[in-house]
Amino acid sequence: MSFYRSSTSRTFAAGLFMMLVLLLAGTAMPRWLNFLITMAAANGLVSLGIVLLMRSGVVSFGQGLVFAVGGYAAALAFGQWGITDAVLLALGGGVIAALVALPFAWLIARYRGIFFAMLSLALSMVLYGLLMKSQAMGGSDGFNMGRPTLFGLRPADSWSAYANFAVTIVLTAIVGMAARVYFDSTHGLVALAARDNEIRVEYLGSSVQGLIATNFVIAAFVGGLGGALAVMALGHVEPEFSYWTRSGDFVFVAILAGHHSVLAALIASTVLEVVRSFSSAYFPNTWQLVLGVFLLAVIRFLPRGIGSLWEARRQRGEQA
Amino acid sequence: MTHFEYAISARGIQKRFGAVVAASDIELHVPTGQKLSLIGSNGAGKTTFVNMITGYIKPDAGEILLHGENIAGLAPRSIARKGVARSFQIPQLFKEMSVTDNMLVAIASQEGALSFWRPAKNNIALERAAELLERFELTAHAGRLVGELPGGVRKLLDIAMALTRHPKVLLLDEPTSGVSADEKFPMMETVMRALSQEAVTVLFVEHDMDIVERFADRVAAFYSGRIIADGKPDTVLADPDVKRYVTGSANHRKEHA
Repeated sequence: MSFYRSSTSRTFAAGLFMMLVLLLAGTAMPRWLNFLITMAAANGLVSLGIVLLMRSGVVSFGQGLVFAVGGYAAALAFGQWGITDAVLLALGGGVIAALVALPFAWLIARYRGIFFAMLSLALSMVLYGLLMKSQAMGGSDGFNMGRPTLFGLRPADSWSAYANFAVTIVLTAIVGMAARVYFDSTHGLVALAARDNEIRVEYLGSSVQGLIATNFVIAAFVGGLGGALAVMALGHVEPEFSYWTRSGDFVFVAILAGHHSVLAALIASTVLEVVRSFSSAYFPNTWQLVLGVFLLAVIRFLPRGIGSLWEARRQRGEQA
Repeated sequence: MTHFEYAISARGIQKRFGAVVAASDIELHVPTGQKLSLIGSNGAGKTTFVNMITGYIKPDAGEILLHGENIAGLAPRSIARKGVARSFQIPQLFKEMSVTDNMLVAIASQEGALSFWRPAKNNIALERAAELLERFELTAHAGRLVGELPGGVRKLLDIAMALTRHPKVLLLDEPTSGVSADEKFPMMETVMRALSQEAVTVLFVEHDMDIVERFADRVAAFYSGRIIADGKPDTVLADPDVKRYVTGSANHRKEHA
């Protein structure tokens, strides 16, 4: 069997296996854990978008923008247009976020480093300002949304949290597998090369600006999807989604994960959710300190992120 | 000969950087398959000329024809797609990747449109990478990270990557610079043997006159933005102006910099 077929099928086997285990385990989990994993996966998708951008050499400090756009789009579609299907709302959130990002993609892809980060941050803060002022969107309080349906069915109250959980897990698994396929594709590899040496990539005949712009739009789709899923789980949307501290959380997770592994982004996101839940219960005023120390430790001992723990081995195995 | 029979045809090329004349009315016609060496002291305009052909610098005036088509002023990636490849004086590689992955990036780039799902490590690409690495005697290094490689190996890899596209024209910017004296000849032998399997026109910038004499079909000598001699290696290297302005007594070449 050819190498890539076996590699791709391993990806799918691992992804489907983890998805099924989580779906099964979810039926036996306490509600709070269901919710925690749902939020970890939804937020993890946004960070996965940043990981994608990191692979082409830039970091967005404004993914709160697409998170909020996805969330508001889902909540508005639910409340205003009567679209209640969870999968449609989630995908719609992703598509709307990608459409919002599209006109800025080519412009922002001209910048690198701190300029890219600050420009993306500025865009997200513009949206924050607009949402705060908009009475139709509920101003600073945002607004609530009801429970979504699934394939025309309305889950019973006791199952609604699980329904959100299941939709989130399935979509996250699909996006995760697709991301791995994309990372290993020709487009994915050339984008990764641009992170290393833009001049050479241009002389080999590819447009670095085009590669980054494409990744920016894909990251927006994935981030919007995550935003919509988070809003469905929370039942509420507010301008704070686009605030810079929220974007900072997504960057935190992406740095923790490193840019080598899809799974690492989801694990790092879960770590953040766990630390946030427990620390805020036990030391409400100093829990960010715990996160800070944790991040310092990762940067010191695993500078390429927690994904480097297993990706390095995978790459060595491939070459052997 | 019509201009279509020349792989590269430069006509009336002008380029100034402020008061410095980097190219003054350059005329150079290179038939397909020729190995042309560009010589000249530092600042004579060789690299500027290479950079104009590959699109890094736009000439102020003049035409650069690639098989009859004017490519002057196009972006580097457009020129690359038309079949002009280059290697670099300081190898431009992907240091965080393995040697094979560097080749795979180059091979992936050559496909018309990049795919979001076609694996970069597909069998055709892997075979092509292995074949080129073997031709450049790099097979033993295939799995190593580029950041760990010695200079000579990097130079070879840089040239191997330029060849993935089956270019019509290949520009080598000082292929032997930074390589130790006793490695230069074997390295050029390897490069020329690898290139002999391609129908490629080669322009190479070189400072070592022994290498030029051995490997070039033709030599163009640059001095302050002009070509002062152009012809067979033995003729050009014996030219009094070339001796005076370019090769000097080889030991004092640096004084002309």
